[in-house]
Amino acid sequence: MSVTTEQVRKTLARRYRAEKRFKAYGICAISIGLLALLLLFTDIIGKGYRAFYEYSVALQITFDPESLEIDDPRDLEQLQYGNYEAVVREALQARFPGVEGREGRRALAALVSTAAGYRLREMLENSPELLGQTRTLWLQLNDDADMFLKSSEAKRKTARLSDQQQTWMLELEQSDEVRAGFNHSLFTRGDSREPEQAGILGAILGSFFTMLVTLALSFPIGVAAAVYLEEFAPKNRFTDFIEVNINNLAAVPSIIFGLLGLAVFIGLFGMPRSVPLVGGLVLTLMTLPTIIISSRAAIKAVPPSIRQAAMGLGASKMQVVLQFVLPLALPGMLTGGIIGMAQALGETAPLLMIGMVAFIVELPAGAMDAATVLPVQVFLWASSPEQSFVTMTSAAIMVLMTFLITMNTLAVVMRKRLERRW
Amino acid sequence: MQTGQLLLILAAMIVTAFIMGRHRALQVAQPLGGIRHLRSLPFYYAMRSAIWCALPALTVLVTWLVFDQTLIRIMVLDSLPTELQPVDGTARNLLISQIGNVASGALPTDFVDAAVANAAGRLNQLQSISAMAMAVVVIVLAMVGGAWAWLRVSARMPAREQVERVLLVVFMLCAVLAVVTTVGIVFSVLFESIRFFGQVPITDFLFGLNWSPQMALRADQVASEGAFGAVPLFAGTLLISAIALIVAVPVGLMSAIYLAEYAHSKVRSFAKPALEVLAGVPTVVYGFFAALTVAPFIRDVGQSLGLSVASESALAAGLVMGIMLIPFVSSLSDDVITAVPRAMRDASLGLGATRSETIKKVIFPAALPGIMGGILLAASRAIGETMIVVMAAGLAANLTANPLQAVTTITVQIVTLLTGDQEFDSAKTLAAFALGLMLFITTLLMNVVALHIVKKYREQYE
Repeated sequence: MSVTTEQVRKTLARRYRAEKRFKAYGICAISIGLLALLLLFTDIIGKGYRAFYEYSVALQITFDPESLEIDDPRDLEQLQYGNYEAVVREALQARFPGVEGREGRRALAALVSTAAGYRLREMLENSPELLGQTRTLWLQLNDDADMFLKSSEAKRKTARLSDQQQTWMLELEQSDEVRAGFNHSLFTRGDSREPEQAGILGAILGSFFTMLVTLALSFPIGVAAAVYLEEFAPKNRFTDFIEVNINNLAAVPSIIFGLLGLAVFIGLFGMPRSVPLVGGLVLTLMTLPTIIISSRAAIKAVPPSIRQAAMGLGASKMQVVLQFVLPLALPGMLTGGIIGMAQALGETAPLLMIGMVAFIVELPAGAMDAATVLPVQVFLWASSPEQSFVTMTSAAIMVLMTFLITMNTLAVVMRKRLERRW
Repeated sequence: MQTGQLLLILAAMIVTAFIMGRHRALQVAQPLGGIRHLRSLPFYYAMRSAIWCALPALTVLVTWLVFDQTLIRIMVLDSLPTELQPVDGTARNLLISQIGNVASGALPTDFVDAAVANAAGRLNQLQSISAMAMAVVVIVLAMVGGAWAWLRVSARMPAREQVERVLLVVFMLCAVLAVVTTVGIVFSVLFESIRFFGQVPITDFLFGLNWSPQMALRADQVASEGAFGAVPLFAGTLLISAIALIVAVPVGLMSAIYLAEYAHSKVRSFAKPALEVLAGVPTVVYGFFAALTVAPFIRDVGQSLGLSVASESALAAGLVMGIMLIPFVSSLSDDVITAVPRAMRDASLGLGATRSETIKKVIFPAALPGIMGGILLAASRAIGETMIVVMAAGLAANLTANPLQAVTTITVQIVTLLTGDQEFDSAKTLAAFALGLMLFITTLLMNVVALHIVKKYREQYE
């Protein structure tokens, strides 16, 4: 046995141990990444699932003309100024007759959401014959009462309800006078100061209009730029300069694009703040590099034989590109486009710069209406102190993530389905 | 007339121009004996008409929309009597918004000066004139352009070449937009920064140790010396980025190595997309996670160990930012590791080296430039990352290296200074642009170097 073999033998065990250790580091690293993913999702879902249902309470509501201060339910002005809270208050006092004093009554009335009043008004407007009648109605609870019912036994002690309110809620719960139902207002309303009346529809619409502007601008411009750079651009310093620019823009922090939007679109061009149009323009500039880069890759993947064949048949360079190369590169370009859109949909920072952080209750009707977007809504709610808003934030994140994962999955499926291997 | 309606009319006109151009080409071709006697296909004559109809009209429309508000404002302000003329930028903005409010009916006319009410009337008048004039000019231009193209259709006209030339120019302009964006960023940030450095000396900004921009809240108060010292922000940014990189680089790199060299294809096909999901999570979600889950957890753990931990500690923001960067580092490293030629690997294994030795002694050194480039890119992402730090890091500008304390970063301060209503001229607002300039320069330098390294490296093995 030679000296070398002897030496190798001696170190072999140590080397195998090092090998195992190294492999273990790798497994650790992967596990850390996957664990973080798991933790993030369970945390968000664990916090957010409760926002998708809400509790309401059964009350015997009497549409008493005197309390309502309405004598003619067909008179719109009277309907508008009707005292609906009084009716709700009376119904609550009838349910809990023992409550005395202003403090107690106020605490009792606070259990039901102010949205109940709007609901009563709507009912009266639709069916005026209700005036003077009594109905059993399921009315929305206030967010604190709602959170109390949603909490586990242990957490109920820390609820934002007084002891007296807690006993009332427990009584209602035991006699099955409260029930949980799907939280409609989450998907049908805009923002609100009252958590139980706030919804994400306004933010979803804002995101929709912003994305519409972004898609309409960034995809055609991105594809056109990619076609130029890949097929037509002469090899010179200016082309190189454009390429360096695009690669750098892809790595510029998004907040810088917000500064650009603020200084140019709002400061220089005098465009209004907080509107999806400006948001869309800023996001267009931001996603453009991503789309150009992926579109170029897609064009590059089309084999030169296709171009040569088309040219051999007498097509001009432009005809070759538009009629042969582009259709073949389109799946790849669309994939890149979807990924760019997903990136834009989750973006927050540049939109903060152009004022899309305003508190907006109305649902936007177009790209020129003040609006906020889904990620900004998450940011706004996350800084609210109410426990219910934490739940709502998580729910909004779940909706946002659903959109994003759907888009990314679509991109992956499209790439697998449509992409051709040459 | 609304701009939307105008666009619809214009679209209808373009379609008409297309159809009529095509019809005309066919008409011209008929006596000659069919379209093969035309120089181009009828489609190109149609496109040519449509382009002539659309391009001039659209150019005028966009220019008009961009500049009309600014011009109208200047005209309205000029019409005001001299004693009401605004003295500075702030007063000017205030006056403009007041006139705008009166004009839209939000502010009753009896609350303001008669001259302002007049100006509001003039604003409304000018705006309706502008809208009408724009509609007329655009429609006339579209008509004239379309008609001219229609008249010029002839069998010998090289319509295809002309259309293709226009398309090529349009394509080129789209590519140049990237340069325009960069120039726009540089100028918008630089311009405001120069104004800022006119109020606060650049040395105070770069080397000052005290950051409290709130001191310049009032318009009549000049920023006092030392209030805009950005060193604590730079230090805070570096601290959080360093924590993020300490988490992301080893984990990301080892994940990439494991997935590329060791993992079974089944593990790979599951773990890779899972890590990609992590990359697709919006930063605002990470911010929420950092602020509401990680930060309280770290604070509780710290307290149980007897340490004083700020509720907005740099550690929480840095850790979560590190998680965000894991897939970024991992996918960049994966690219460079798989780019190392198979032959180098085989040679090393053939000499009897174990896999880990091959990786450490052969693959890693070969891939090092690419990995360094990836780490630089990750660092530039960490420095420019906004939402995580806005939500999870503090606002107080502490100059500290203790990760358990609250620090603030460049991006946090930009957001804080610029969100909400503010005037364009106060030192506070301008400071945000100066910070933006610093951020842009730093990240740009890092990106240029990183991209250069990655490109060089790629060429080496191609």
